[in-house]
Amino acid sequence: MTSQDSPPEALYAAREPVFPRRVKGNFRTLKWWIMAVTLGIYYVTPWLRWDRGPNLPDQAVLVDMAGRRFFFFMIEIWPHEFYFVAGLLIMAGLGLFLFTSALGRVWCGYACPQTVWTDLFILVERWIEGDRNARIRLHRQKWDMEKLRKRAVKWTVWFLIGLATGGAWIFYFTDAPTLLGQLLTFSAPPVAYITMFILTMTTFVFGGFAREQICIYACPWPRIQAAMLDEDSITVAYRDWRGEPRGKLKHGEPVADGQGDCIDCMACVNVCPMGIDIRNGQQLACITCALCIDACNDVMDKVGKPRGLIGYLALTDEALERAGNPPKSVWAHVFRVRTMLYTLLWATVGIALVVALFLRTEIDVNVTPVRNPTFVTLSDGSIRNAYDFRLLNKHGEDRDFYISVTSDAAMRVSLEGTTELRVTVPANQTKTQRVYLTAEPGSPAANDERTDVTFWVEDRVSNERVSHRTIFNGLDREEPEQKDD
Amino acid sequence: MSERNLTRKPGEVETTGHEWDGIEELNNPLPRWWLWTFYATILWALIYTILFPAWPLISGATPGVLGFSTRANVAAEIARFEAANAPMRDRLVAADLATIKDDPELLQFATSAGAAVFRTNCSQCHGSGAAGVQASGYPNLLDDDWIWGGAMEDIHTTITHGIRNTTDDQARYSQMPAFGVDGLLEPAQIDAVVQHVLAISGQEHDAALAAEGATVFAENCAACHTEAGTGDRALGAPNLTDAIWLYGGTAADLTYTVTNARFGVMPNWNTRLSEAEIRSVALYVHSLGGGE
Repeated sequence: MTSQDSPPEALYAAREPVFPRRVKGNFRTLKWWIMAVTLGIYYVTPWLRWDRGPNLPDQAVLVDMAGRRFFFFMIEIWPHEFYFVAGLLIMAGLGLFLFTSALGRVWCGYACPQTVWTDLFILVERWIEGDRNARIRLHRQKWDMEKLRKRAVKWTVWFLIGLATGGAWIFYFTDAPTLLGQLLTFSAPPVAYITMFILTMTTFVFGGFAREQICIYACPWPRIQAAMLDEDSITVAYRDWRGEPRGKLKHGEPVADGQGDCIDCMACVNVCPMGIDIRNGQQLACITCALCIDACNDVMDKVGKPRGLIGYLALTDEALERAGNPPKSVWAHVFRVRTMLYTLLWATVGIALVVALFLRTEIDVNVTPVRNPTFVTLSDGSIRNAYDFRLLNKHGEDRDFYISVTSDAAMRVSLEGTTELRVTVPANQTKTQRVYLTAEPGSPAANDERTDVTFWVEDRVSNERVSHRTIFNGLDREEPEQKDD
Repeated sequence: MSERNLTRKPGEVETTGHEWDGIEELNNPLPRWWLWTFYATILWALIYTILFPAWPLISGATPGVLGFSTRANVAAEIARFEAANAPMRDRLVAADLATIKDDPELLQFATSAGAAVFRTNCSQCHGSGAAGVQASGYPNLLDDDWIWGGAMEDIHTTITHGIRNTTDDQARYSQMPAFGVDGLLEPAQIDAVVQHVLAISGQEHDAALAAEGATVFAENCAACHTEAGTGDRALGAPNLTDAIWLYGGTAADLTYTVTNARFGVMPNWNTRLSEAEIRSVALYVHSLGGGE
């Protein structure tokens, strides 16, 4: 901190480096497990195989941009089914609302990639450069061989982690073993290298150098979450009514009268990856990673005081505890009308998606009536409408689609370019086909302005049938035309 | 933010002078990365305006030292697509007209290209949906009635050489006499023959007059339109017995047609379109529902 009397500062403020100390405890253990699981999912998923039969990729999770297809185990999403992705995003949003209102910034503290990768980078840092004090020493040290060596090793390992991160990302977009082979022989497409390079560098910079600055300055989520929290949301808090006034515990001396439980050992500050002091109360920079809880509990055990000077706490608990009452239980905080409503909404969207998933057919048809012109008069006076069909075959083999029509009025179906009512649609493709409906001269359909019709498309191999309702346009005549020979 | 991030304590920081409800806006320093990014964008802008077209002049802009030009890029892009399409175009030109439809790849290429050619060159008269202009002499290309034939070869010839134009010797040519204005038929005879045509096309008519008109028809019209009135494609004589009329099928329309005759012209496209384009658009028209 600079002196108050110093002249006006330059236009920038330097970042104060943070050297989080190693900590042991329940929350730290939980975080190691979450890190292992989330990173495991991220790195391993592209390598899972899933047999889908011929002509289809056998990668369990694949975003096939070129083929415009998304594969997720047994589920295959086509572009026209993008509502599934929209539904999943809505669920993700509602899920975040739910967790935030119940457990505060639990996403930031445990599962956010920025937190997980920073944790991993700090772990690497600790292995190579030592714990907090050693790192501070190294930081202040001149650039000698030791510092150079340690920094070079650390940066190399960081870079390799970044490379693996960017590498794993691109495997989600194409067949992973093939792409790995291409990467190793330097024959992969340029976009693969570019994406990999960008993600490698963002991982390297965000996890190694930017760290808490991403959360504080770059990420919009803390601002949104601040609005999502309420007085019952559980956050990490310091019980200042128990801890204050703080004071150092001197060996062999009795505790001063009225002194609180906080012995001002700075353990909570030293372990904080955000470099903040939780004793200042709830603050934007706190990601509720709970490492200060572990650190403080450890100290409290050593000095023989009860645990929980820093703990998970909601704002309503403060008033209760100050009045000498026990805090509300965690369950009472979590199960509230608000969280129930979020859960209900979340589950409704989820169930709707699952139902939609099982109601899908493997064939589909989209019919666009040709409206320019609305109908054509043929030489025998009959009225013909044209329809552009998009026939979709999601089967892994070519299928014959049979086209028919149902309507109250009599009409004849015919297809452009063929005399049959059968179209062969190649495997995993859409095919466009023009279909005609013809009404005899003077028939009800020919003379009515609009007639409802339903087209049916049938795959006789899988016995699937899909339909599309549309309109047949006629002459809009009151009486059938008089015919006189 | 925590206290640690403040270089000076609240109350001692210079303020901007802005105040809302007692809350003052502090004039804290910018983050260093932000400031550097800001300077970097200025530097970027300077370099950019030197490298790329940027500063507006009276006509155009500074060219930039890299010589970048969107116009040239588009020209290059078009040339690239032309080159990429060349093999398909050659295949289309070499193919037999009648069997192009059996080659799905060629058909796909030709109908897509043909749709674009049609919109650019044909839609002005025949309409964007190819339905023509009913009763005004611009034929509907969607129906099954063709004056000069609706097979691929016929459509190809019509597009290539046109109809009744003076710019192509091989243009399809026919001319109906103006029976009224040239005094070939009396008005009463015209009325009678119109009733006959209404009769053979299945419309309401005066039976007595029609019977009289049958003789007039046999003497004056049957040479081209045939005895039965079904027309002759070789001569470009329309079928008069069907429900489709290029210039309208009412008594008034027919009287005007017989009196003044009609003379619709279509340009020859062989001087404006390449053979591949003509073939594409012929195939496109053929696939609209009327192709024979």
